[in-house]
Amino acid sequence: MYELTDVSKRFDGSGRGVIALEHVNLTVAEGELLAVQGPTGQGKTTLLQLLGGLDRPSAGSVLFEGRDLGKLNENDLSDLRARAFGFVFQTFNLIPTLTAQENVEVALVPLHVGNKERRSRAVRALEEVDLGERATHLPAELSGGQQQRVAIARALVKDPKVLLADEPTGNLDEEMRDDIISLLEGLWRDRGLTLVVVTHDSVVAKRAARVALIRKGHLTIRDRAPAGR
Amino acid sequence: MFFTYLGRELRRRRKQAIVVAFGLALGIGLVVTVSAASAGVKTAQTKVLHSLYGVGTDMSVTESASAGTGGPTRFRFGGSTGTRPKAGTKFSRNNLTPTPGEATFASSTAADISKLKGVSAVTGGLALNDSNISGTFGSFGFGSGGFGSASSSSSSGSPPPVSLSSFSVAGVQPTSTGVGLLTASEITSGRYFTSADSTEAVAVVASSYATQHSLKVGSTVDVAGKSLKVVGIADMPSGSTTDAFIPLGEAQKLAGLSGKISTVYVSVSSASDVATVQSEVEHIFPKATVTTSADLAKEVTGSLSNAAGLATNLGKWLAIAALLVAFGIAALLMMGAVSRRVREFGTLKALGWRTRRVVGQVMGEGLTLGIVGGVVGIGLGFAGSALVAGFAPTLSATVGSSAATSGGFGGGRAFTGGSFPGGGSRPGGFARPAASLSHPVLVHLTAPVQMGSLGLAIGLAVAGGIIAGSLGAWQAARLGPAAALRKVG
Repeated sequence: MYELTDVSKRFDGSGRGVIALEHVNLTVAEGELLAVQGPTGQGKTTLLQLLGGLDRPSAGSVLFEGRDLGKLNENDLSDLRARAFGFVFQTFNLIPTLTAQENVEVALVPLHVGNKERRSRAVRALEEVDLGERATHLPAELSGGQQQRVAIARALVKDPKVLLADEPTGNLDEEMRDDIISLLEGLWRDRGLTLVVVTHDSVVAKRAARVALIRKGHLTIRDRAPAGR
Repeated sequence: MFFTYLGRELRRRRKQAIVVAFGLALGIGLVVTVSAASAGVKTAQTKVLHSLYGVGTDMSVTESASAGTGGPTRFRFGGSTGTRPKAGTKFSRNNLTPTPGEATFASSTAADISKLKGVSAVTGGLALNDSNISGTFGSFGFGSGGFGSASSSSSSGSPPPVSLSSFSVAGVQPTSTGVGLLTASEITSGRYFTSADSTEAVAVVASSYATQHSLKVGSTVDVAGKSLKVVGIADMPSGSTTDAFIPLGEAQKLAGLSGKISTVYVSVSSASDVATVQSEVEHIFPKATVTTSADLAKEVTGSLSNAAGLATNLGKWLAIAALLVAFGIAALLMMGAVSRRVREFGTLKALGWRTRRVVGQVMGEGLTLGIVGGVVGIGLGFAGSALVAGFAPTLSATVGSSAATSGGFGGGRAFTGGSFPGGGSRPGGFARPAASLSHPVLVHLTAPVQMGSLGLAIGLAVAGGIIAGSLGAWQAARLGPAAALRKVG
């Protein structure tokens, strides 16, 4: 599904460039659960953003189903993000003025889904993460775990091929962490998603078949026993 | 989703939205008020000009009397020069003469002017002065008193009383063309002339003159010693100096000026044609004095002129400054708001929203604030206009002597003196020049809100919203999704 060849990412700013990723080579198979681990500020989130078409590599290529994400124009990248990729962020990134249901609907806006279908799909997605009864609540009225469930529903409502989660449990307590990990694992198992999870959490990493370790921009792969679906 | 998101976002930033909308509203309200005050000043100027110039007139064509013509009004009392009438003989004489200083010319001039390109309407007028002197001859001629500037005066006791009076008469086309000293729209009682009145003994009198002399429709008024039936009362603007209007043919007959007029009132098709038509008229009538409304407006002085200056200079710049400040504040606040929502826009882009859609969302918010500001601003503009109209003092206007005398606008009153057989000439016995010279025209300033200024207000509101929204949107659009997410990461 993914094929990264000799990928480097350099950030130029304030006179001194920062190399976030250097000569990274990686393949991710369809339906795989890949955990990305490493110390803070070593390039994990950058790798996830390259996989999600949120950024372009400074060198090398990021192929997704044969298409080089670095060479797609902005509109094509937007379309790809709208259809193929689902994102889950550490800080949930919900729009504070919209209800849970409306936050989920936001993901269907670029797909030009009609109002009625948009609402029904959003409600179904919320029910899938056990938040059907909280559809009309604003993010501020939900707990951290519930907000992350809304964010997961928002990522899944468009039936993406890949779910990219950046520290999904980073802002949650232990109980909620297990809850969210179980939810993500269940969705990965049931939907046949490709799941890439950036995490510090070894509990999460243990569920992945492969772990990508990033240190100072360099990536190494550690194979684990394959996790059963 | 667009409107839900937009409405919720504005509600979340309620205070800021109110500041932006109210700032725009103040600027727009000021524009509407200044525009209304400007329109009011223009209306007042039009009233002043109308009182001197005639309704719908863009230019007047007159001819100055040449040196050695005209002269003082002479009353003939019979007998040969040097023969003094007997003491105790009563006398009463009327004289209907052209307004001093103005020459008469062929009425065909009006027809010639009407053929010029750009001329939309033309009418000829004959400005006359009806003067009457009555009294009793004394042993040594007239008494010395009584030659004041009032329209009527008399002396009593010895020497014998002499009564002098004068009023202005204008001969007008019996068929209203919508241009000239009198039009059908000014008739408040009775009727305007009809084509059948061309040489009839009928008159329309100004309401002020009618009140002064207790005239009403059906009354009679004497012009050149002939009784004319009053068929209409006209409400003339403040400053108008014409007392009675009679059909042009009748005026020419009574004044012995058959086929003559003293002024041609011209209306042109568009303001841009005025200069061309003026030039054409001066070309084909080299002796003509062509005065445009712009020429006359330049001669207007007094508080009205000051108000006009205030509206066009201070008011205009104040409104522009207020608008710029409002736009600036709105743009800064929008940019500030957007900078706090970078993560939000980064998330939307990560979800597949195109930059265009994000920009549209931000601009929609700016536009909504602009429209709300525009609506409130129009309300403030109406309120401001009402305040201007309610509290503005009555303005006065005085027309410079050069315009009043050289232009020869209808209604100029003059009674320059008398020359009596055997009694010699008494120049300057009494004089009543154009009222505008001796009495400033008073006009109440109104501030009518113009449809055009409402359109301008809406346009400015939309522009303000778009400007504010665009700057915010530019800020939102220039960051890629990863950079936007990193900003908070």
